[in-house]
Amino acid sequence: MTDTSTLSRGGGHSSTPGRRRAPRRARASGLPAWSIPYVLLIPGLLVIGALLLWPLIQMVIISFQKVGLVQISGKKPATWLGLENYTNVLDNDIFWSSLRNTVVFAAVAVPLTLVLGTAVGVLLHRLGKKMSLFVIIGIMFAWAVPPVAQGVIWRWLFDAEAGVINWALNLLPDWLSSALFGRADWTGQPWLNDAWSIYMVLIICVVWASFPFIAVSVLAGLKGIPAELYEAARVDGSGPWRTFRKITFPLLKPVFAVLTVLSIIWDFKVFAQLYVLAGTSNREAYNLSMYAVTEAFKAPPKMGSGAAIAVVLTVILLIVTAAYIRQMFKQEEV
Amino acid sequence: MRPLARRRLGKAALNTAGVLVFLVAIFPVYWMVSTAFKANDQIFTTDFIPFPTHFTFEHITRVLTEGVAEHSIWLYMRNSAIVALGTVVIGAVFALLSATAVARFRFKGRTAFLALLLVAQMIPAEALVIPLFLGVKRLGLYDQLLGLIVTQVALTLPFGIWMLRTFVAAVPKSLEEAAWIDGASRFTTFWKVLFPLVAPGLVATSIFSFITAWNELIMALYLISDPTKYTMPVALQYFFGQKGTDWGAIMASSTMMTIPVVIFFLVVQRRMVSGLVAGAVKG
Repeated sequence: MTDTSTLSRGGGHSSTPGRRRAPRRARASGLPAWSIPYVLLIPGLLVIGALLLWPLIQMVIISFQKVGLVQISGKKPATWLGLENYTNVLDNDIFWSSLRNTVVFAAVAVPLTLVLGTAVGVLLHRLGKKMSLFVIIGIMFAWAVPPVAQGVIWRWLFDAEAGVINWALNLLPDWLSSALFGRADWTGQPWLNDAWSIYMVLIICVVWASFPFIAVSVLAGLKGIPAELYEAARVDGSGPWRTFRKITFPLLKPVFAVLTVLSIIWDFKVFAQLYVLAGTSNREAYNLSMYAVTEAFKAPPKMGSGAAIAVVLTVILLIVTAAYIRQMFKQEEV
Repeated sequence: MRPLARRRLGKAALNTAGVLVFLVAIFPVYWMVSTAFKANDQIFTTDFIPFPTHFTFEHITRVLTEGVAEHSIWLYMRNSAIVALGTVVIGAVFALLSATAVARFRFKGRTAFLALLLVAQMIPAEALVIPLFLGVKRLGLYDQLLGLIVTQVALTLPFGIWMLRTFVAAVPKSLEEAAWIDGASRFTTFWKVLFPLVAPGLVATSIFSFITAWNELIMALYLISDPTKYTMPVALQYFFGQKGTDWGAIMASSTMMTIPVVIFFLVVQRRMVSGLVAGAVKG
């Protein structure tokens, strides 16, 4: 599309002389043609501005203020603290463990999701039509489960007493279980007590729920690659791994780039599943999202330091999003 | 014969892998549903009971009538439905207007607006909830579903516009131009020509917004404190605190919450992918 397409619709800006078609007045409305897209954008811009951008600015302001119970109730104006919230947060061990949890979680969950999702995508591509549909419907169920329900399901599977996971681990022959984990009896194993094992469960939960999206996206990408390329590779004696590296991967690189960035963004903000699996009382298991909201809302509320933590999280996500946007705009003619 | 036999073996291996993926993906969901229909003696056991042999509707009826925490889960389902539908109705109008603007016109600031949509999608709800809580409180919308609807519209709108714009762009421009030449007004052109053709895309986008609002936890958790106004996600995690962990009731509730999402998912699955990785995936 070029600029002329706009002109041909509404007649164009009256200050563009030399056009063959005379500037036509808008018939229904008295608006000049150039203003129409802006008028259409007003409601959307208002919502985004008032409910996303303005709060974002406010969050930064709040992060420099003391906003406790008195300030929330409006009895006292918020007092300016300068950098105090930030220095307090950075001095807190919970901040550093939250940051570590957030980063380690994403660093493990993102590659696992991508590798598993890609493998399943390639598998779906090679399966017969019926079989492929069957598997897609199966993974669709995992994908569709709401995040809170995902947490609930995995909390149940890893339940200390009646969980299926402990039952399955008990099935291992005793000598093997002892050699691998140093124990034979798993009944009563509390998976959701320490941060370490909570995050293991969280990783399994999130990978399980998010690999289907990757698989279906990769499948869509694979369908766009001409079959002749693969045939040529086979004739040339290329093995499956080599074919993947030399044909599939380079052609799907843009898809992978977008999927990677989306996964990083999603995994950095993981909240609902962690909230259900760990609750708010285990501070060791906080990630940045959890730390920000509990600091802000758990009694006594400290909105200022909550906002400071949220600022740190947002800055990290902004950096990742910058990569996403560059990729989006490089890829397509938006 | 040998290559053929090998190919057959390869095919069997692929199908086995496919079945394995299917089972791994579906087992946790199956376990949720089957627990919802098991009698308590089959739930609280260290044995593996693959299928509810003491099949019961006890948990389902209990959560629907007396509920886990005083109220029937119909109340929470209704609250969630009000929030999700409100979000969809308001969001759809806004998204359609903005999507038409970016898909049909080239104007100054268009690229900036598209970049803004992507940035807006990234902003974590954890960050917005603090200022939005203070704002909602000031406006007297705290503890009201309306306040929640407004925030959900904001959370879903950027992606809604992003997704819908590809549907608007897919409608051939010549149709509108023909209507325009025939003397239709701009509004008639939009309403009688563009709108019917974009409607399927609008449905897909709306379903996406519905699911997002239906599932959303953070805003619902901190903008609502009145238990009669809880949405399903809040209620579900709240059930854990009630007199021990009643797994039968919790699984029955989470099954109820998951059903509408699964149905919608099966309807719009393909379109969701095309919206999220639009352009990057060709084919």
